[in-house]
Amino acid sequence: MKKEYSQEVLDEIGARFPNASVKIHAPRRTYISVPREDVYEFAKFLFKEKDCRLSIATGIDKRDGMEILYHFSHDPSGTYYSIKTLIPKDDLQIKSLSDFLPAANWIEREIHELLGIDFAGHPNLVPLLTAETWPGDLHPLRRDYADEHKELRLDKTKEDR
Amino acid sequence: MANARLWGLKKSPWVFHVAAASCNNCDIEILDILTPRWDVERFGIVLVGSPRHADALLVTGVLNRKSLPRVLRVYEQTPKPCLVIGVGTCTCDCHIFTPSYNVIGPYDKYMPVDVYIPGCPPKPEAIISGVVKALKRL
Amino acid sequence: MKRIVPIGPYHPLQEEPEFFKLIVEGEKVVDLEINIGYNHRGHEFVAQKLTYDKITFLVERICGICSDSHPYAYVLAVEDLAHVTPPPRAQYIRTIIGELERIHSHYLWVGLAGHFIGYNTVWMWVWRYREPLLDIFELIMGNRNHYAINKIGGARRDILPEHYGKIEKYLDLLEEKNTMFTKAVLDDPVIRARLEGVGILSKEDAVAYGVLGPTARGSGYAIDARKDDPYDAYDKVDWDLIAFDEGDVLAKAKVRLLECFESIKIVRQCLRNMPDGPIETRVDEIPPGEGIGRHEAPRGEVFHYVRSDGSNMPVRHKIRAPSFMNIPSNVVAVRGYSIADAALVLAAVDPCYCCTERTAVFENGKKKLSGNDLLKLSWQKTEGLRRRYRR
Repeated sequence: MKKEYSQEVLDEIGARFPNASVKIHAPRRTYISVPREDVYEFAKFLFKEKDCRLSIATGIDKRDGMEILYHFSHDPSGTYYSIKTLIPKDDLQIKSLSDFLPAANWIEREIHELLGIDFAGHPNLVPLLTAETWPGDLHPLRRDYADEHKELRLDKTKEDR
Repeated sequence: MANARLWGLKKSPWVFHVAAASCNNCDIEILDILTPRWDVERFGIVLVGSPRHADALLVTGVLNRKSLPRVLRVYEQTPKPCLVIGVGTCTCDCHIFTPSYNVIGPYDKYMPVDVYIPGCPPKPEAIISGVVKALKRL
Repeated sequence: MKRIVPIGPYHPLQEEPEFFKLIVEGEKVVDLEINIGYNHRGHEFVAQKLTYDKITFLVERICGICSDSHPYAYVLAVEDLAHVTPPPRAQYIRTIIGELERIHSHYLWVGLAGHFIGYNTVWMWVWRYREPLLDIFELIMGNRNHYAINKIGGARRDILPEHYGKIEKYLDLLEEKNTMFTKAVLDDPVIRARLEGVGILSKEDAVAYGVLGPTARGSGYAIDARKDDPYDAYDKVDWDLIAFDEGDVLAKAKVRLLECFESIKIVRQCLRNMPDGPIETRVDEIPPGEGIGRHEAPRGEVFHYVRSDGSNMPVRHKIRAPSFMNIPSNVVAVRGYSIADAALVLAAVDPCYCCTERTAVFENGKKKLSGNDLLKLSWQKTEGLRRRYRR
């Protein structure tokens, strides 16, 4: 019989993180919205106490802020717990998870270069995917990214780091 | 002297494989033509480990910004005359990747391409046929 | 005439700067720097400009080897979003193709691993037995690779009853050959000596780096999306999860070879119990919301997340391939081992864009060896072991 995560875990979340609001979309898909300051502790709780694995994090540019979803997988029950948080656009930073979670290293680098969110405490927040000739302040997954940048002057001779 | 070189190229082209931002499917099909089913080595087509030994370049993938300087350097290092054979639809035209911010291909914007082999991926028979057509043009 | 042996499975762009920078002291690797981005084509960006059904074809082209895995996870994500269940026949068809793809991908890896340690015969033989499988793909779906079987709500094409016989016949051949390859890998003392105890990734590191697939299962971290979060026909057939504890390259190779047997089992059961009926549930609209889909690709769990606002294009499509989590673990897996073993360790995670020939070795800030040299070192080591065992 699969070890199912059930109401008792959600109750524990409710007790430890009173600002969390839970939405159950499907039997193995749970979305939990938390304020930005609770994300670090919540992630630590899921990783260290509940045997969850950080699968990936998604960043979305919305009108009212930038949303990050941290997707944690609890493999014994096959459930995805996605922690959602909204970051205001005039203060685009959040605490990095990489001090207790090496898996977060590349994940946060990617979100940083494609959306421009700063991860405080990350050891090496340099671009991961884009070329050295790509301007560091140009974030393609932002909604205000304009396609004129496609014809960016290409420096064919400049080598990458 | 030039004729001797071309004759050598026609008879046994040494090929260097360049992949820049490809999904690897064309690359696997290129390696497939070395395997026993098609076995192009019996025609003298050999995949070499350095562009300096190559007579022809098999290029795949849509070019992206990071791989462009490297590809150009490989092209410069390949002794001329050399054939550039574009394998796959990505080398003909960037097709679905055209809107991307990181894709700056296709190859013929930066270097002369002699033969295009469309297909996603082109079948090994098509690749062999394309290479033969390229050689016949010499 | 001196014959130059082909190197480079995927990206023989060997000039510097390198993809993998091995930093050494003497003969031992002390650190690894990884530089990626040569394949970055911006799929997530392009997906925001395409309709849902076109994205299935876009994500197929993320990777050519696991070209069924990404569309599979994507359609599962959209079906999760829209609360759509495909009909049973479609579920079985998708499972069959998913497992056949696993076999072709694992065989590809075994061939390349053979090439890296200098057993080119292994490479040629294993790839030779991949070919009938690619013919079957062409028979059923029209293309050897990039076959596009997945569709939101079901499958694009049916596996006709007249094809079952051909698939069964191939599976019989495959079972016989797979037994031969497994024995060849496990019984040969030289191959064992090359693979055993090399590139060990401990379970703690595997968990910390969040590795996936055979890389995880070879380190005792027994996760598999098909068992943990079953979808389609995976919980309707009988099969075993393969995992080993040693964490070395041999364990990962064993996982891959033995998984092929399990895949054969799954496909046989699916063909035998294939239900009749339609192959798709029609989906006219994608409601607003979000969905997560995951599929156990040959390299590990593929993850897709889709957010919709009710229009015909997604607001956000997040794609995560398993190699994104597996490749950083190389930093710990390759440390302390010799340079000759480095190419093998880096290839053991089966990266979806293997660039071990774009590997270079640095000592005291100066480049010592290139990727080509590493391959030669690996072959020399095998030759040395062969001589030793011959006595």
